[in-house]
Amino acid sequence: MEITQTEKVLTRNIGPDLLPTDMVAYEANGGYRALHKAMSGMSPNDCLEEIKASNLRGRGGAGFPTGMKWSFVPMGEKCSPGHKYLVCNADEMEPGTFKDRLLMECDPHQLIEGMILAAYTIQADRSYIFIRGEYLVAIERLEQALADCYQKGYLGENILGSGYNLEMHVHTSAGRYICGEETALINALEGKRANPRAKPPFPQVSGLWGRPTIVNNVETLCNISHIIDKGPEWFQSLGLGEDSGTKMYGASGYVKNPGCWELPIGTPVREILEEHAGGMAEGRKLKGFLPGGGSTDFLVEEHLDLPMDYGSIGAAGSRMGTGTMIVLDDKTCPVGMVLNLLQFFAHESCGFCTPCREGLPWTRQVLEDIEAGRGCKEDLETLAHQVKFIGAIGNTHCALAPGAMEPLQSALKYFGDDFERHIEQGCCPYAADMKAQEISAEGERN
Amino acid sequence: MPTIYIDGQAYEVEEGKNLLEACLNLGLDLPYFCWHPSMGSIGSCRQCAMVQYQNEEDTRGRIVMGCMTPVTDGARLSLNGESASEFRESIIESLMLNHPHDCPVCAEGGECHLQDMTVMVGHRDRNYRGNKNTHRNQYLGPLINHEMNRCISCYRCVRFYRDYAGGTDLAALASHDHVYFGRHQDGVLQSEFAGNLAEVCPTGVFTDKPLLNDYSRKWDLQSAPSVCVGCAVGCNTSPGERYGRLKRIQNRYNQQVNGYFLCDRGRFGGDFVNSESRLNFSGIKQADGSYQAVKADDALSQVASLCQQGTVAAIGSPRASVEANYLLRRLAGNQLFSTGMNDSEQALVQQVFNTLSTTRATSPSLHQIESADAVLILGEDVSNTAPRLALALRQAARNKALALAADMRLEPWMDAAIRNLAQDQNSPVFIVGVNDSRLADIAEASISLAPDDIARLGFAVAGEIIGAPIGGLGDELSVMAGTIASALKEAKNPLIVSGTSLMNSAIIHASAAVAEALAEDKSTMLSLSVPECNSLGVAMLDGGEGMGFDALTESAKRGEIDTLIVLENDLYRRAPVEVVDQFLGNIKQLVVLDALDNATLSASQIALPVATFAESEGTLVSSEGRAQRYYPVFVAEDDRLPSWLWLSELGQVLDLSGFDQLQHFDQVVQACAQDIPALSDITAAAPDHQFRNRGLKIPRQSVRYSGRTAMVANVSVHEPKQPVDEETPLSFSMEGLNVGQPSSLMSSSWSPGWNSNQSIQKFQDEAGGSIKGGSSGVRLIAPGQGVCLGVGSISAPKTIMSSDTESLLVPIYRVFGSDELSCKASAINELSGDAQFILHPNDANSLQVADGDGVTTIVGDTEVSLEVLIDASIASGCVGITVGMLGTQSLVVGSAVSLQKANDWQRCKSQLIATDNPNTPNCGVQSGVSYV
Repeated sequence: MEITQTEKVLTRNIGPDLLPTDMVAYEANGGYRALHKAMSGMSPNDCLEEIKASNLRGRGGAGFPTGMKWSFVPMGEKCSPGHKYLVCNADEMEPGTFKDRLLMECDPHQLIEGMILAAYTIQADRSYIFIRGEYLVAIERLEQALADCYQKGYLGENILGSGYNLEMHVHTSAGRYICGEETALINALEGKRANPRAKPPFPQVSGLWGRPTIVNNVETLCNISHIIDKGPEWFQSLGLGEDSGTKMYGASGYVKNPGCWELPIGTPVREILEEHAGGMAEGRKLKGFLPGGGSTDFLVEEHLDLPMDYGSIGAAGSRMGTGTMIVLDDKTCPVGMVLNLLQFFAHESCGFCTPCREGLPWTRQVLEDIEAGRGCKEDLETLAHQVKFIGAIGNTHCALAPGAMEPLQSALKYFGDDFERHIEQGCCPYAADMKAQEISAEGERN
Repeated sequence: MPTIYIDGQAYEVEEGKNLLEACLNLGLDLPYFCWHPSMGSIGSCRQCAMVQYQNEEDTRGRIVMGCMTPVTDGARLSLNGESASEFRESIIESLMLNHPHDCPVCAEGGECHLQDMTVMVGHRDRNYRGNKNTHRNQYLGPLINHEMNRCISCYRCVRFYRDYAGGTDLAALASHDHVYFGRHQDGVLQSEFAGNLAEVCPTGVFTDKPLLNDYSRKWDLQSAPSVCVGCAVGCNTSPGERYGRLKRIQNRYNQQVNGYFLCDRGRFGGDFVNSESRLNFSGIKQADGSYQAVKADDALSQVASLCQQGTVAAIGSPRASVEANYLLRRLAGNQLFSTGMNDSEQALVQQVFNTLSTTRATSPSLHQIESADAVLILGEDVSNTAPRLALALRQAARNKALALAADMRLEPWMDAAIRNLAQDQNSPVFIVGVNDSRLADIAEASISLAPDDIARLGFAVAGEIIGAPIGGLGDELSVMAGTIASALKEAKNPLIVSGTSLMNSAIIHASAAVAEALAEDKSTMLSLSVPECNSLGVAMLDGGEGMGFDALTESAKRGEIDTLIVLENDLYRRAPVEVVDQFLGNIKQLVVLDALDNATLSASQIALPVATFAESEGTLVSSEGRAQRYYPVFVAEDDRLPSWLWLSELGQVLDLSGFDQLQHFDQVVQACAQDIPALSDITAAAPDHQFRNRGLKIPRQSVRYSGRTAMVANVSVHEPKQPVDEETPLSFSMEGLNVGQPSSLMSSSWSPGWNSNQSIQKFQDEAGGSIKGGSSGVRLIAPGQGVCLGVGSISAPKTIMSSDTESLLVPIYRVFGSDELSCKASAINELSGDAQFILHPNDANSLQVADGDGVTTIVGDTEVSLEVLIDASIASGCVGITVGMLGTQSLVVGSAVSLQKANDWQRCKSQLIATDNPNTPNCGVQSGVSYV
């Protein structure tokens, strides 16, 4: 198979042999060129039109068109007097996902430049990077980069003589998965319980402190400077299918080369798995994979030739999500894997709405029973019921619980016989393999 | 009006409502938990799910939450379709995973919304095999019991406590299925509205602790419509009785007054009815000072013979009914009747009445107060003197948020969205008092001034409004007066709140001046608080004709009074001890009618035991000017008679003219209405005793009232005949019809399938609306033609400047402690603490005292030593005194006092005998109910 030749955009300053960029290195490689361009002659609406035309879609998982999201922000006289906010969602907690960390640790200015441009487009005067508290290195580098920007006049008052003012702050999250949900993030930023808010009103009109607010993912914002710099047509030409640009893809699990790569959006799954991740680890066969993090449906071998983009993966019954795959092999127990995910999601429920708060722990308990060999036939009915009860958007207050049900419902569909074998045999059929696995892992460590 | 289709049937519904409200208003049963008509929607419980279809072809539809979905014309919905019903059943099943199966031992059982909703959705079998989560319960004080294991996490408690009532010490803690609703540490809940948690909680997490300790099921309580006697707001209540004991007081919904909520003084203060110091029998004082119990008839003839022997004067009471005061006044004659207030209080209450009858401003109900979009509070600490009014003001402050929401087309019920949008933006509220109030958090400005300066600022605001500024105020206050004036002028519905509590006539005058100035070109509200539950009623009755308290004491001094009859009044709370001692010493014979023992009663020659609000009928006039009727919840034991009945019978024994036509309560009401023009409408406060609901009386007992045949079986196995109520349309039994009556006759709310207090929606014309059968009470005071303002000519009073040695004594009120009767309730007494001097830190420094030290002042021959509380917000030059509390009777507010450190002072610490607070050190006895 031919490996797609990729123009490196987001990772042009990032690589195993490259040092993280500082202001000098970033500017030396074309950094802040887009900012200068925008500040000397582009109106906020010009910027918005570029982003709309680029067909950039949100990289946090939902894939909502970024330009359209921004266009909902009231501008000029339509906006009541007061602050507007741009918030970067850097609370990367999706299981198996580590792309934003790479972008922030290795090239912090790329994010900041994107944020300044985004903030300028919606005319926000305050911006926050809401970052996962464990990302200590990224926090340190972002704070240094912000200080450098203030020094340079890229942030603060009258940026590059344009008359535009912007403050930017790093806010470290106290650590909840739900803070990745934009309205829960806003509540957390306000110092409130991190419960998602009901929509409408959407944050674009009533967000942080009740003011118009845009929340975008790190990777989304990292694309902005390149689109402003090189134009929407160039950006569109990067994608292989319907979608535009490049995408940070990743793979974890028993593959030869777990990692993270920037590839054209729409690169086939098989290429990511077999070429970039190097195929399955020795002695393992592919059983299935979660295409975009813990809250997406399993896909299986028949889906390997699908392009990794929003439409194709969606049509196959899953979601591209964050684009970072978790691979399930034939020697790992799928029930155990789903249980592991449910333990996470049940713990991360904010406790606001009933189906999620009560339904996830119940589901976890049933899976624990099945995995431990205590399961019974009726448990499968309970699981099927929970999938239906919790799994639909609208049944719950936000998308956490439906997301949590995605790996379970697809596991029941593709690996239903594994669940049945657990119940029939009264134990986990993978236990022996898993035990051997543990022993060898221990051996490696020693 | 939009048309919506529910399960194929077309319904016209009101625009701007959500689907849940629409369904409930249509009389359809849609279960819910987190939604509350006063608190709106947040969408957390997911119980009110319906299925909404996109169009006629759509057969699958999608689940929507009724409370979060606005009605839209042509919407197609399913309420009882399989997928909606199944979903709702699954929600209950989920809520039941961790809910204990302890209904039989739960205080909420029988009036539990969770039970009702569980039955409603039909969930029965348990599929869950896991363990139930358990929590540690907290000690939350003497009023509220905490049992967290029962929690279904509907978030209503914290939304009421924090968002609605402004409390800060109850919170949602932890997350996922460990969400915990409690305080950071065990301790007494700090909000004076905490008791509402028992009604807001849909299950048994927060329950009424005094009820729990003396428990009866809701269905076993005998209830009657009543009116709170805790302050002058006149909240409607529904007290419940069993075995001759008042078990609890619950809210009785009145859209215009208290809505869904009461304050804790009202909810828990009624326990004085069960007090050990209740009088059971008439007594005649013996030579040794003890009382000989006598039969009621004998006592009456004794009193009658005293009355025939000389001049009889009478002192009425602002805490007794209009009817009792009216009969007493008729007995003694208009000129020899005193309202029972001291002269300064009487003058102030009279001033309030005159002001309300002349000003063009409206005296607002609490419901109207909630519509105010700018508020000036002038010298009335409503959080302590009229707490439920303070809660209404808190809602008024939200009108800014609602206006912002309307601009964004958010409906008022979208509670979470509106709070997120508006954050801490409030409608302007300005508070001027002698120290900071508990409403300070919603105030644009809180200003502390001496009482006369409060009036001056008020006049200055009035001056600014009419464009005639008053000088001499100082720069800072002049600017403030301008700010307040422009905020009030910009408002559509400005409200001025003031009252009598600082005992300062100029303040009331100033508030009237502001209201009048505004009323010139807009509808304006003027709410004036008065001290007691019937202060206004007795002042309207008296009309200034009677003898003032001072005149009465003078008359007694001259030996002109032979017999004095005192009605439900402890005179030692009206005047300094020495004055009352001297007064009573000049009276030959003292007859006192009261329910509880007190110093005045102990001075009487003849004591007559009276029924409390819970055992008698009567009319009270609230500070709004609303006459409301209360009814006996149960028949008083022994010889306790309603005051009006004692006086009616006394009049008959004396053969006074007209008293043969005053034997029946309704006759007294009618006679009073005829005689007293100001009270002519009190007959309309409630239907008379002949009212029948479709031919039937209104039952006081529920349809499930149990044990009637066995209740007194320990005395006699023969079931006694139920008492017959000749005076009211209510019956002392379960027979009758509790549907569709006027709200003044709602003894309790219950509807088939709706056993909890949520059943009230079955009686309302719409959720949160008025009661279908008509509202409760009648307003006696209509706005007048306007008072002569003359702001320019009003010379604002000069401040008494404090000297180095003297400070101005100002009254400070305590929601628990300042009121006479509620302090006789043990739970309230536990919270009320001791009397204090409130000092400014500067004064405390110069006296070299700290919190908890003692200071002394000398009043005449009396030395008064009290504990110090330092309050940085108290106006400089003023020293506060917690009025109405033990040890403060000799102090005259408004006088100058000189304080000294009391070196050998020791706090009279109350001896703690028992508590259920596990954190109390060295507590010998642990009482109270606890579940394992």
